Amino acid sequence: MTGGVRECDVLVIGGGPAGLCAALAAASCGVGVIMAERDGHLGGQLAKQTHKFFGSARQFGGERGFLIAQRLAAEAENAAGIEILTETPVLGIYEDGVATLLHRGGHMKVRPRKIVAACGAAENFLAFEGNDLPGVCSAGAAETLINAQGVLPGRRALMVGGGNVGLMVAYQLLQAGMEVPALINHAPQIDGYWVHAAKIRRSGVPILNSTTIKSAYGNGQVEGAIICEVDENRQPLPGTERRVECDLICLAVGLSPLNGLCQQAGAALAYIPELSGHVPVTDEYLRTSQEGLYAAGDAAGVEEAATAMEEGKIAGLSAAVALGYGGTAAQEALTEAAAELKRLREGPMSERIRRGLAVLRSEVIKC
Amino acid sequence: MLAKDGLPEEGDLRAVMPDEKKLAAGPAAIIECWQEIPCDACARACPNYAILPMPNLYERPQVDFSRCRGCGVCLSACPGLAIFIADGSRSEGAVLRLPYEFLPLPQAGQRVAGLGRAGEVLGKFLVLDVTGANMRENPAVIFLLVPPDMAMRVRNISLEGA
Ligand SMILES: Cc1cc2nc3c(=O)[nH]c(=O)nc-3n(C[C@H](O)[C@H](O)[C@H](O)COP(=O)(O)OP(=O)(O)OC[C@H]3O[C@@H](n4cnc5c(N)ncnc54)[C@H](O)[C@@H]3O)c2cc1C
Ligand code: SF4
Ligand code: SF4
Repeated sequence: MTGGVRECDVLVIGGGPAGLCAALAAASCGVGVIMAERDGHLGGQLAKQTHKFFGSARQFGGERGFLIAQRLAAEAENAAGIEILTETPVLGIYEDGVATLLHRGGHMKVRPRKIVAACGAAENFLAFEGNDLPGVCSAGAAETLINAQGVLPGRRALMVGGGNVGLMVAYQLLQAGMEVPALINHAPQIDGYWVHAAKIRRSGVPILNSTTIKSAYGNGQVEGAIICEVDENRQPLPGTERRVECDLICLAVGLSPLNGLCQQAGAALAYIPELSGHVPVTDEYLRTSQEGLYAAGDAAGVEEAATAMEEGKIAGLSAAVALGYGGTAAQEALTEAAAELKRLREGPMSERIRRGLAVLRSEVIKC
Repeated sequence: MLAKDGLPEEGDLRAVMPDEKKLAAGPAAIIECWQEIPCDACARACPNYAILPMPNLYERPQVDFSRCRGCGVCLSACPGLAIFIADGSRSEGAVLRLPYEFLPLPQAGQRVAGLGRAGEVLGKFLVLDVTGANMRENPAVIFLLVPPDMAMRVRNISLEGA
């Protein structure tokens, strides 16, 4: 410590799949890592996901999310060179390269030589009349309640959003014993994977495309929703309003990368709709424009757990190599992770991500 | 249409069904995985190499029915819960194996409602067996006795009113 400032090689911000893999990869090169996670436990989004994940064997594809989280967390806990700080949000990264962490009620100052930002993403909210009524919540919040805290947030839930999060959380609400009268989807077609859609369809949940929520109503809490159809420009079609009785309205309308820390640190951001919003401009080694700062996982563009893991490995290894650690083994591991990431993104379902990354990587040249 | 309502059409189903001879000979896997998604869990799991390898990860799974023994390992491994096993070799009816992740589980010997792909009730059917009840790692598997013409229609069960 110098003047109350702790020194370390690499600070990893966030203990989700990207952060865990970054910390493990860096530590495997002999680098000293501090990993700060704002929650009380590790695993990020995966910790509350009960369904099995896609991906190849390298990302434990076919295992349930929370089991993958437990596996990676145990590996990190047992790895030499990783100091894990839970309940420790990183508050800021300042010009002198010092990061401030809120730890056990006090401020902890860390001066890392490299930083990997793996903060994940935040769920989007939706503007409609009555959206401040108790009983309107994000799909992720409902998922946390049923799967992590064992609390049933209602009896009958309307799900808003036809992507994978909407489809999967609708399924989990059914598993928790709730009714789901409908899943409504703004788009004219299902956005998420059809195998996820099939699971709720065969449990009797209708998927209503080209449909949006107009308002929530209820006396002091949600008692129902007014939904309506939308035209091809996604504008409400008058006269198509219907009432859906429910005591919970779950919003699964996308996520936005948590980019605040990167922005504060001075990294250039670019607005890339295909990556779900403002993301730090990164190169293929996941270096941002700010010297020594790397970004990985949903924070670098909202995608999937499998890609978050490979990105985490790349960021962790890049940081270690830049510090002079790891030798040829690290180089090889980097090449491997890059090849695996490419493989994960090769399919037609990743077309949008590929397009977004192409734009993002052309930004690197600009800045 | 799959993209609209998540439901396959006749042609989609025909393309993944074993032929009648295979169905009548014993259990076989029916894989209802319609998109090119980044997953190869079934191919990795099959002990009989009956699901063609997927070097590109996103390929759709393809069953080589001459190798498939209907063991159901792929059904348990599949994260999409998209694999079902049908056995048309029994005189009393077709035996369907369905992945299932709800509590309570049915008991062997119980009659439950069989549901179609849109959750519609198709009749009451006998549960022959339930395996994998712990569900921590993999879904439970329901063995359901259905009339032969229901083998490609029943995809879920409901204990309500059972
Ligand atoms: C319902 C649902 C279903 C999904 N299904 C799949 C699927 O089937 N397959 C798949 O591949 N992916 C799936 N995903 C996506 C997957 O969960 C995410 O892409 C993945 O978790 C991203 O990993 P990450 O590490 O980047 O972010 P996260 O998992 O979000 O982790 C970020 C971590 O950073 C912490 N953090 C944030 N800010 C700070 C800070 N300032 N200081 C300290 N810590 C901080 C957070 O608390 C969190 O723990 C699903 C997501 C959801 C919500
Ligand atoms: S049922 Fe068994 S043999 Fe047939 S494809 Fe599945 S795992 Fe392979
Ligand atoms: S394991 Fe299931 S979801 Fe994955 S490719 Fe095979 S059938 Fe599709």
